[in-house]
Amino acid sequence: MYKIVRKRVFNPTETELEIEAPLIAKKGKPGQFIILRADATSERIPLTIGGTDPVKGTVSIIFQIVGASTFKLNQLNEGDSLHDFVGPLGRPTEITGDNVCVIGGGLGVAIAYPIAKAFHDAGKHVTSIAGFRNKDLVILSDEFNASSDKFIPCSDDGSYGVKGVVTLPLEEMLKSGVHFDKVICIGPVIMMKFVTLTCKKYNVPECVCSMNPIMIDGTGMCGCCRLTVGGKTKFACVDGPDFNAYEVDFDEAMSRGTMYKAFEKKAYDEAKCNLFKKEAE
Amino acid sequence: MLRTEYKLNMKALKNEMPSQDPKIRAHNFKEVTTGYTAEQAIDEAKRCMNCPTKPCVAHCPVNINIPDFIYHVALGEFDKAYDIISESSSLPAVCGRVCPQESQCEGVCTRGFGAKVGADGKLTKEPVAIGRLERFVADYHNAHECDVTLNIKKNGHKVAVIGSGPSGLTCAGDLAKKGYDVTIFEALHLAGGVLVYGIPEFRLPKSIVQKEVEGLMAIGVKIETNMVIGRVITIDELKKEYGFEAIFIGSGAGLPGFMGIPGENLKGVYSANEFLTRTNLMKGYLEGTNTPIEHAKNVAVVGGGNVAMDAARCALRLGAEHVYIVYRRSLEELPARKEEVHHAMEEGVDFQLLNNPVELIPTDCTDPRDPQYNLVSKMKVEEMKLGEPDEKGRRKPVGTGNFKEIPVDCVIIAIGTSPNPLIKQTTDGLETNPHGCLITKDESGLTTRESVYAGGDAVTGAATVILAMGAGKHAAKAIDEYLSKK
Repeated sequence: MYKIVRKRVFNPTETELEIEAPLIAKKGKPGQFIILRADATSERIPLTIGGTDPVKGTVSIIFQIVGASTFKLNQLNEGDSLHDFVGPLGRPTEITGDNVCVIGGGLGVAIAYPIAKAFHDAGKHVTSIAGFRNKDLVILSDEFNASSDKFIPCSDDGSYGVKGVVTLPLEEMLKSGVHFDKVICIGPVIMMKFVTLTCKKYNVPECVCSMNPIMIDGTGMCGCCRLTVGGKTKFACVDGPDFNAYEVDFDEAMSRGTMYKAFEKKAYDEAKCNLFKKEAE
Repeated sequence: MLRTEYKLNMKALKNEMPSQDPKIRAHNFKEVTTGYTAEQAIDEAKRCMNCPTKPCVAHCPVNINIPDFIYHVALGEFDKAYDIISESSSLPAVCGRVCPQESQCEGVCTRGFGAKVGADGKLTKEPVAIGRLERFVADYHNAHECDVTLNIKKNGHKVAVIGSGPSGLTCAGDLAKKGYDVTIFEALHLAGGVLVYGIPEFRLPKSIVQKEVEGLMAIGVKIETNMVIGRVITIDELKKEYGFEAIFIGSGAGLPGFMGIPGENLKGVYSANEFLTRTNLMKGYLEGTNTPIEHAKNVAVVGGGNVAMDAARCALRLGAEHVYIVYRRSLEELPARKEEVHHAMEEGVDFQLLNNPVELIPTDCTDPRDPQYNLVSKMKVEEMKLGEPDEKGRRKPVGTGNFKEIPVDCVIIAIGTSPNPLIKQTTDGLETNPHGCLITKDESGLTTRESVYAGGDAVTGAATVILAMGAGKHAAKAIDEYLSKK
């Protein structure tokens, strides 16, 4: 069940897994997500689909190690199996607009890539911006480059591509009169907030963000992933994860995202400690 | 006709249910009540007069032959008693624990007729403890069961059941016994539906649900977890590509309602579904599991149903110092089972009745990096009084204009749920009413699509386990009739 057929370690904190899940591989579309559990005590982790291979029957996911459950997930290797893998969940990204800009930040780059590819494969003009903290954390740049008419990598410290955050090249382009029908942003909430503000400033007709809040079931049952969009409560799992960014209350989303920070850190430290104990034995 | 084999027990009150001390059980997740012994059960059973009108049977949603099963309990023939219950019910160990008996069978029992509240605040007489006897019989059966190999002749027809809650389990069980090839599709990673994610361990031990599920697998039912029907496979694909000739939808009412008051999206504010799922399904209360659950000090639960009681009592067990039930009507109107309200009170839950939340207020912390930032700290409520009865006959709460604030660091909203719209959204021709409930033709559960049946909360909106079980039984019968003709 849900066998790992390929594992690609990008850097010490980011890993890609290709999982055997033929039904999801057949149905999954860019923008949708899956929920997995590494073992029977793990959390249910929602992760956006990084790619599907309907012929091979596999689904790729890219994750960052942030807590005990993702730490355990990263201990698994090719040939191991996941305990649970369910999807596709959420609504797919709408591939509309002839001239779009796809922006990914950090791990969001992994989610932005299949979306950029979908637009590119549909014959749209795609400009991509991918932001990283530094060159050691760069992922998928070749893939992105191949699926974009224009690809602008950037890094906070200037060690890779443009020095600065993703809004810098975006604003430069918009200022110089470049037109986009739509800007799609995926990454940390703070990044999406500033991309949205920049788009608003230059009257970009449409700005879409892909929200990734805390979630449990992913089918509309728990309401944990709720956010305020246009003054109304929406569930990211069934109404999203894509939303009209101009209507999203990013500040609220940011605060809700910190709910379990302390627990997460403690559980992560314990998980690491347990592993060391096991290795010592 | 009066039973002649034994002397009637004319005690006015039920045999008390053995249970854990409230002070101790408020801090553990073990089952609250421990169940009658055989002696207590036999003694209680002898209170049933086998009255000629048998109002209990008519008031049981699945019409269990109650006086008959009780008669066999009185004679110590517990297996016979079990067989009688089984003719009408598939989940006796569950229903004996969670049915609202006081508004069904026990509410009309002749032995409780004309009861008054005595000077000590207790009832002067009580009905026969039908629920406790049902539970006893089921538990006895489960503990003494010998391997019965049912000889089921397969008929080759394939039926899909969506959802593994009470209606789905029942429908699947009944069809499998008739020889159908049944597959249950469950969206979560564990089968049982509300019985595993909603109702807590201390009220319904999960080993009982597990036993029911294993029982189905033993008679050939296949259970596919992690399958969100509508997304990974649609209803139409189940029929066309997978060859299922009939489908039963028992997807429940899982979509949580919120009040729409300011502050509802603050940190520390949960839907009851989220709080209970973290606790029950993900076992957040156990050491060594990775799903976090907030261990709050002051918890306010909004609502007065069983779910509200469950959430309040879970919060206590997670270590809360003060747990409130905030309900806008009075004690009279509380929709929860009487026993749950009683247990919650015994355990120290503070009932703030006739209070309606109007706003949730965060801490005054202004630093977004501080964990206290945007965390709920107060619940503002308006005191209410009861006005004229509404269309359902319940007196309507009316605002008094007096407000107060309750200090909280966790708020749980338990004001009801509605059916999940996913299957309707992904199935052409499947119609729902304005509340999102699937429309069915009649008792058979046939929806607006041919060969697609539905039952339980997906049809009625949030209701009880026994009604869902009854709907699963009716649908199984209808599916059998439909496919036998094919």
